[in-house]
Formats: sequence, structure tokens, C-alpha cells
Amino acid sequence: MTARTTLCVVLALLACSCATPIREETVVVLPGPDGKSGTVVVQREGARQVLDSPYAANVVRGDGSLEASRASALQISESFGTTLAALPARPTTFLLYFITAKDELTAESTADLDKVLADMRTRPVPDIAVTGHTDTVGTSEYNDRLSMQRAERVKGFLTGIGIPPDRIQTAGRGKRELLVPTADGIDEPRNRRVEINVR
Amino acid sequence: MRWISAVLLGAFVGAASANDVGQVKVTKGVAHVERDGARMPVVVGMPIRQSDKLVTGADGTVGVTFADNSLLSAGPNSTLVVDKFSFNASTHEGQFDASLQRGTLAVISGKMVKQSPDAMRIRTPASILGVRGTEFVVKVADPGS
Repeated sequence: MTARTTLCVVLALLACSCATPIREETVVVLPGPDGKSGTVVVQREGARQVLDSPYAANVVRGDGSLEASRASALQISESFGTTLAALPARPTTFLLYFITAKDELTAESTADLDKVLADMRTRPVPDIAVTGHTDTVGTSEYNDRLSMQRAERVKGFLTGIGIPPDRIQTAGRGKRELLVPTADGIDEPRNRRVEINVR
Repeated sequence: MRWISAVLLGAFVGAASANDVGQVKVTKGVAHVERDGARMPVVVGMPIRQSDKLVTGADGTVGVTFADNSLLSAGPNSTLVVDKFSFNASTHEGQFDASLQRGTLAVISGKMVKQSPDAMRIRTPASILGVRGTEFVVKVADPGS
């Protein structure tokens, strides 16, 4: 056997070992409710593609190559309609507001609790995430504690109107997520809130 | 009152546990969860945990809402594994790794991706998808197709 035929055999064997077929894969970024999209970065071995516009797509072909592509709304509904129909309903967000440095709701927000209950009734197995927030008056530790107290207080209101406590999770986010950005030490009523996610 | 039936169903599938990272909100057709070697049919209200494998049949779909408001659904003939899920509701830090081994997946990313853009990754047999806060769909063709 010549060196050349040996090389051919080796190459053929290598080709065989690589022949495990790669299954075709498709990724498509979709527009959100506002019509814009975020970004998905597709990586395969050395290759990388960034999908950052609505219907931008990427296909991994059977030979392993990455190929940029674009899908249409029609193709999405044909290939993914059943899958998209199984997505859970988007969580609804309610914001309830508090009186300064207390864990008491404003009168308006107390009335809003009924809207939470109405939204829950539209969902098959509702659960609720309650997240307390504060303004920037006081230390982080103080505000973490206060925000948790506010969340627990709202949980109390919700269990009071008949929602089982094991369906409600609470968290305090302190002054980390200001609705209205302010400097530290600012008494901003719109930041003293509890976010309720019904989902 | 629909709420009553939900409460009863909640009692049936068991109270929430600290290990729960999500909950099945939607399901149709044949679908099951593999957990610790056991196989359980998927029902609405069922809690989902890290390491769960969701498997759907030819007419099956499953939709799950996760603790950070990420929404995932698996279409028919799909296998989806929740490899890792952690989420801190105070800091919004966390990590969400899932694998689509076959079939179709739809994703609406949640709060942890807003906090740190590299927090969510979806693996497929051929690639890794880094999710930077968006909605998207993925399909892995069946062998031989």
C-alpha cells in the first residue's frame, strides 16, 4: 500500500467518524409586544451569530454550518403555532403604593386589590409574586427590611380576600429598582410601591 | 367560581416547595415529567424543579412559568431538560440553563436576563443560545428528517 492510499484510507475513516448526522436546527427571534426584539447569540464550535431583529433566524445545516436566514410570520405560525399556543399567559403586573415610611397602602391602592383578584380569576392555576420596593431614604439594610415588610403586608391583604398563602411568594428588593430614578435620600412616593405579578 | 377549582387543583398537586422553580400552566395531549427516575404525567398546576425532563408525545404540549417570570413552552414530540435554575428575588441574580434535545421550544425571557444578560442559556444538540432578553423559538429536527 502506498503512502497515498494509506492517507486516503485514514481520511475516509475520519470522514466516517464524523458522519454522525447533525440534525437541522432553527432559531428565530420574535418581536415582543412592542414590536421590537431582543437578542439571541447562537454559538456552534468556533462560529457565532447574533440575532437581534424581529424574525432574524439562524439555521444549523446537516453539515454543521451556521447559516443566517430570515423567517416570516406565516412560517412561524406553521412551524411553531402549536408550541406558541402552549406558552403560559404573560404575568400581569399591578403596582400598589404606600404612605411614607409605613407599610400602609394609599386608599387608591387598597381599592386596586380587587383588580388583582379579578385577574387571578382569568387564570387556570394562578400564583402570585409580591415584590416590595422603597424610596431612597435610609440605608440599604433598612430599605431591604422595609420592602420585605411591605410585601408581607400585601400578602396579608391577599390572603385576607381568600387567596391561599402557599400560592403567594414574597420578596423585598429595597431601593435596587427605582420606578422613578432619584438621588439617594429622596422621598419619592412613586418608588414606595409593591409590585404584584399574577401569573 | 373558577377560583375555587384552582384552589382545589392546587391542593391536589401539592403545596409549593422550596425546590420548585416553576409551575405548569398549560398542557395538552400526552406529556410527562421524568424526575429522579420516576415518570409522572404532566398536569396543570404541577411544580417543576431543577433537573426535570419534560417529554411530549405527538399531540402533547407543555407551558411552564418560572420563578423569574420566564415563560417556556415545548411543542409536540419534544424533550426539554431544566438543567439549572436559580433566582434571587431580591437581587434578580440567577442562572437558567435548559436543553432542547429534540422538538420545538418557545421562550419569553424573564427578570434575571434583564439583570444580567448572560444568565440564560439554551443548549441544543449542535449549539448554545445565549439569551439577551427576548422572545424566540427553536426547532431541533428529528433524526432522519
